[in-house]
Amino acid sequence: MTLADLEVGQRGVIAAVGGEGALRRRLLDMGLTPKTGVMVRKMAPMGDPMEIFLRGYELTLRKEDAARIQILPAPPRES
Amino acid sequence: MIFALIGNQNSGKTTLFNQLTGSNQHVGNFPGVTVEKKEGRIRKTGDTVVDLPGIYSLSPYTAEEVVTRDLLLDATPDGIINIVDATNIQRNLYLTLQLIELQIPMVLALNMMDEVTRAGGSIDIDALSRHLGIPVVPISASRNEGVSELVDRIHKTAAEKLRPQRLDFCEGEVHRAIHGVAHLIEDHALAQSMPVRFAATKLMEGDQPTIKRLGLNQNEIETLEHITSEMEPALGTDREAALADMRYTYIERLAGRAVHRGGDTVEQERSVRIDSVLTHPVLAIPIFLCIMGLVFWLTFGVIGAPLSDLASAGIDALAGWVEGAMAAFGLNPVVQSLVIDGIFAGVGSVLSFLPTIIVLFFFLSLLEDSGYMARVAFVMDLSGRSFVPMLIGFGCSVPAIMATRTLASERDRKMTIILTPFMSCSAKLPIYAVFTAAFFPRHAALVMISLYILGMVVAVLCGLLLKSTFFRGEPVPFVMELPAYRLPSAKTTVLHMWEKAKEFLYKAFTIIFLATIIIWFLQTLDTRLNIVADSSDSMLAAIGGFVAPLFAPLGFGNWIASTALITGLTAKEAVVSTLAILVGAGDEAGLTTLLGQLFTPLSAFSFLTFTLLYMPCVAAFAAVRREYGSTRQAAGVMAFQTGVAWVVAFLVYNIGGVFI
Repeated sequence: MTLADLEVGQRGVIAAVGGEGALRRRLLDMGLTPKTGVMVRKMAPMGDPMEIFLRGYELTLRKEDAARIQILPAPPRES
Repeated sequence: MIFALIGNQNSGKTTLFNQLTGSNQHVGNFPGVTVEKKEGRIRKTGDTVVDLPGIYSLSPYTAEEVVTRDLLLDATPDGIINIVDATNIQRNLYLTLQLIELQIPMVLALNMMDEVTRAGGSIDIDALSRHLGIPVVPISASRNEGVSELVDRIHKTAAEKLRPQRLDFCEGEVHRAIHGVAHLIEDHALAQSMPVRFAATKLMEGDQPTIKRLGLNQNEIETLEHITSEMEPALGTDREAALADMRYTYIERLAGRAVHRGGDTVEQERSVRIDSVLTHPVLAIPIFLCIMGLVFWLTFGVIGAPLSDLASAGIDALAGWVEGAMAAFGLNPVVQSLVIDGIFAGVGSVLSFLPTIIVLFFFLSLLEDSGYMARVAFVMDLSGRSFVPMLIGFGCSVPAIMATRTLASERDRKMTIILTPFMSCSAKLPIYAVFTAAFFPRHAALVMISLYILGMVVAVLCGLLLKSTFFRGEPVPFVMELPAYRLPSAKTTVLHMWEKAKEFLYKAFTIIFLATIIIWFLQTLDTRLNIVADSSDSMLAAIGGFVAPLFAPLGFGNWIASTALITGLTAKEAVVSTLAILVGAGDEAGLTTLLGQLFTPLSAFSFLTFTLLYMPCVAAFAAVRREYGSTRQAAGVMAFQTGVAWVVAFLVYNIGGVFI
């Protein structure tokens, strides 16, 4: 499944980062690398873009870009 | 000495820059790109610091990154101050590792340390420094803590040419590959004075500009390819991900050792709570519209208008005084006219909206620096941030164009600058008012609204057109950080405001000054350089007459209309006054009747369409030129807008002619 498929509040671990060129580089540079844990914080009022939490900060990206990121869903943490 | 200040967006870089330089700043543009360049003198030591745009990496893709790389490689500074947001340390260090590869004397300024401590966290500065191989100075830029030590440290580090002590942040396959590549290109790099390690990692990332810079031959390129592709299967991932992963792995380990995270900082928790309202699925957009409405009401109404009026009154008073003084000195009446009717009128009208601009920028700075603007982009999606300049454009194009600087990508900025003037500015209102009163008295509201909508529709269509032609092929990764909400320091906001005001003043006194003089000249003298009693004999009218046939297909091919449009270049308000003068109208009623002789309702509407869309006033031209950093490109923008105006007015006139 992809990052775009995660529900609000769900966590996951990145398996692979798709896309190419500037976009892909941007995703990687911002910390969306394989084996990174992410959590979907919320969706924008119009359904897109989405806000995710990773490496201690909030990031927003479009669903179509999130769809290029392969995710392994992680079990919800007891926090 | 010259230092480069580099760091992520939202890391407090601007605040630090302001603390370092006070008001000794000089703002400009990197030529040819809409990227701002700020320089200033550090008060304490007299060194120069260059504030580079906020970046996350040194990839070759965005204008900001390219501009930074080029500066670091070609005009290598004596030292780098890398500002890092301690509450967000992992992502910030990603850039740090790349900067280290450049082997330039560097100091890491660890900002927002106060927030970390308050959240119960701690950072082992020594461990951090040791593992990175560079000095680390904790600071709190907004509180001006640690800044003095930072200044001393970077000065010392640069003076003693202390380069980063550590280069290898890699291991295993990647390590082998990097060293292999480094070996391969060593002599090329040295010949180009390019740091070997930096060149090696960039080559492995497939960095085209670096390949070109080093001048590798085919053989070497193939060997490079070989080394890199060998590495990939061993890691199970491609080269770019491999390098990003390598850096982040190192950072994670370093963070594990040196950073103790206390929990979410107060700022982060508060931000999440504020966001639950400001980015609420239902409330967010209405709230945004309210906030923008409030800003405009305050700017153009409550605060701006009275101040503008005050400014106008002041200028008029000054003009009156000068007039009296000139008469007393018996100065040539021509010169008097030049000064009063030309300079004071032209420049004065522009200056009178300086207060509005200052107030507007105060609010915009506040919104931007607090972090709210990032939410706007999130809530409005896609070119959400273009929305704000366009909204401002309904008031005045000049601050709108200046506001595009906050947009994320070069492409967005350039496009928004072109499209914003299609949002009818308030100076055009008198033109609409006069014409609707004359030709569409019963449908005034309808006509006005349709003009505004027409402007927006044209903007959207042109946007699509531009996207598929000039601006094609530049992917705009909409990946953006949502920083914690922070109340910007008064100092930063005021400096921000002052900067913008200075810019505006500078523009007013140069280009606009020149333009008003030229137009006055053309208006007052005829082709034999005598003073004219009647404007219709002036050079300007002659030019208007010359240009008039161009407007014939649009329905208003008379010299009065075209002359009025030309004067509209100084300020759109001038169109009405010129029309009044040229048709010989004494008052409003007279104008209405006389206009009726020049235009038909259809050609009037076509005229209005043209006024709506054609190039904005000289002040806006100056703003566009400043943002684009190139007069040629700015002229191109003007030509484009005027061209669009012509085409649309043509369509309106001719298609309308079928129906009416």
